[in-house]
Amino acid sequence: MYKYDEIDQQIVDERVAQYRDQVRRYLAGELTEDEFRPLRLQNGLYIQRHAPMLRIAIPYGLLSAKQLHKLADVAKKYDRGYGHFTTRQNIQLNWPKLENTPDILAELATVEMHAIQTSGNCIRNITTDQFAGIAPDEIVDPRAIAEIIRQWSTFHPEFALLPRKFKIAVSGTQHDRAAVQIHDIGMEFYVDTNNQIAIKVWVGGGLGRTPILGVVVREHLEWQHALTYCEAIIRVYNLHGRRDNAYKARIKILVKALGIEEFRKQIEAEWSHLKDSPNTITTTEMARVAKHFEAMPYENLPAHDASFDAAIASNPVFKAWVKRCVHAHKIPGYRAVTLSLKPHGQPPGDITSEQMHTVADLASEYSFGELRASHEQNLILADVKLSDLLTVWEKARADGLATPNIGLLTDIICCPGGDFCSLANAKSIPIAQAIQTKFDDLDYLHDIGDIELNISGCMNACGHHHVGHIGILGVDKDGSEWYQVTIGGKQGNDASIGTVIGPSFSAEEMPDVVQKIIEVYLKERNADELFIDTARRIGVAPFKAHVYAKEGVGA
Amino acid sequence: MSNLISLQNDSPSVVQDEWTWVKLPEVQVEARKQAGKVVLFKLTGENSVSASQIADTVIPASGKIILPLRVFIERHSEIANRVAQSEVGVWLATHESLDDLLKNQNDINEFPIVAIFVERFADGRIFSLGNLLRSRYGFKNELRAFGDVLRDQLFFLKRSGFNSFAVRADRSAKDAIAGLHDFSRPYQGAVDDARPAFNRYHRGT
Repeated sequence: MYKYDEIDQQIVDERVAQYRDQVRRYLAGELTEDEFRPLRLQNGLYIQRHAPMLRIAIPYGLLSAKQLHKLADVAKKYDRGYGHFTTRQNIQLNWPKLENTPDILAELATVEMHAIQTSGNCIRNITTDQFAGIAPDEIVDPRAIAEIIRQWSTFHPEFALLPRKFKIAVSGTQHDRAAVQIHDIGMEFYVDTNNQIAIKVWVGGGLGRTPILGVVVREHLEWQHALTYCEAIIRVYNLHGRRDNAYKARIKILVKALGIEEFRKQIEAEWSHLKDSPNTITTTEMARVAKHFEAMPYENLPAHDASFDAAIASNPVFKAWVKRCVHAHKIPGYRAVTLSLKPHGQPPGDITSEQMHTVADLASEYSFGELRASHEQNLILADVKLSDLLTVWEKARADGLATPNIGLLTDIICCPGGDFCSLANAKSIPIAQAIQTKFDDLDYLHDIGDIELNISGCMNACGHHHVGHIGILGVDKDGSEWYQVTIGGKQGNDASIGTVIGPSFSAEEMPDVVQKIIEVYLKERNADELFIDTARRIGVAPFKAHVYAKEGVGA
Repeated sequence: MSNLISLQNDSPSVVQDEWTWVKLPEVQVEARKQAGKVVLFKLTGENSVSASQIADTVIPASGKIILPLRVFIERHSEIANRVAQSEVGVWLATHESLDDLLKNQNDINEFPIVAIFVERFADGRIFSLGNLLRSRYGFKNELRAFGDVLRDQLFFLKRSGFNSFAVRADRSAKDAIAGLHDFSRPYQGAVDDARPAFNRYHRGT
């Protein structure tokens, strides 16, 4: 992974000093609440219901064992001994004290970490595929460019105060796992007809109050121009994005208002001035950064391992875990492992300090000392030998990290919701827990198969409910908490926004509502048809009919 | 005590202001609301200056003056000879268009000063305007930020081409100077140094 040089280190160290002074001035009354807010937000600090919340950046989801050990220690020392992985591959601490945040950041800076631009109206953490560099369907490893974009976007002076937050995702695979279509800018890397790395640029996607999928603003961009093209897009947005209404301030609204043709015309006009300007990426810089992402020192292994095959044959519990939590790897004899942070009945994405140490140790011992966070809020050991899988499973299982539910109904994407977040209209974690408890039978979950259930506690959509096959949105009706259900959303190359099935439900009704949706699927599916395919084929009407049927009539 | 920071060769100092800021006459504007919230920012391109404001603006008879862009355009004949004597600069607000300035002035370097008024510090349009004035339109003279200008934005303003900062009256310009040097070696190329870190320093290969 990328290692800081002295320039990188100086920037995070100077940031700690700057932020420490900002906190001092705020506490001394030299900065008003309004003046301090964007400063603290751009350092990941929210003021929440119970305490501040600190969001720490994990650039494109990549972590070292050393960093995770440090996060575990920081969570223990300054918080309540746990952290929460987010849907944008970051980690949040829910209970730090404002006065301690400069010290937390100083500690994190010693392991090349920071909280820069994890919130606020600026360019946020760059996200990508959790299997970058090892996925069999990968065409271009997006991490080097992601790092170059990270550096370029860090304290970009022109884009320090945008109309609204700005999210960039990069992906280099056939099957998009980075959700590029729901980002302000999505960069899809491919190899063009001249055998050069090129980028298909998506723009104007986003969830939130007005969910919109991105559109392609440019089919072919040579990689050298990634930064200057972003500058053209974001300059037009900075000048013309709506600042008069926070709900209409994202770039998606500007793209819709102008229409993609006019928007493209303005971007191209702007870019004609910026193309080949000094921020153009040089081959030297690309090579320098790419060196940090070279292949791991893999052993030459056979494609099969007898001990692994024997374990699969004799141990059905291990077999079930492998089926859901172990993924293909482009190197023979290796696999990627997802450690589930979705044990039934626990807040999705939460992890204790002890578990962090366990995961970090597993990474050190079995996966070259690195791991990844996924936007589905799980952790990944990317490079595990087949012959080590049984041991990794045993150790992970002993610490509650081996729930065999990846991609299943209980692998719920879920925001912190009303338990913590001051923006939320409703709680989301208890809904996830109730659904997990209701569907605690693994055989039944495996029979239902691949399905994505996403929950957000408000329309800001941190839980990506619009693109869940089943989406649940917390809404406020006259001061009480209700839940709206959508069906048919999907992330990936053929992304779609889900359709609302009807009036919302109370929290107590939610597990049964999900149960009824599943019943319709099981009745209607053809052979091996997945939930999303059935939902797309039959539409929402049958689901609606069954869910809203009066007792004893429709049921 | 002056609250004006002048930056010469990356060396800042608090200086006396030799320019007079010519304001537009105040008008009663009803607070606009969007989705129940008071609108804080004007839309880019929104016409916010009325004909009577332009007509009623008091232009001092002598001295160095910074005129509102619309006044400069509409009442040009009154001040043409003073422009030639380098006694006139213009200011525009963050929602006003640079095209308006460029259409009405052949050589913007005839202005010893251009100033951008930022009503609220969170309005990042000021950075793009500075960048465009410097790198696209070749403005070489004093580029000033005034209005809600605060210490924690100075670094970004400097990097966006500003070399003059009229810090908000209730804050200390002397303290604010520190903000100009929050970071020693920024990553990206900008107006103050077009080279990104990977071209400015040897970072290895």
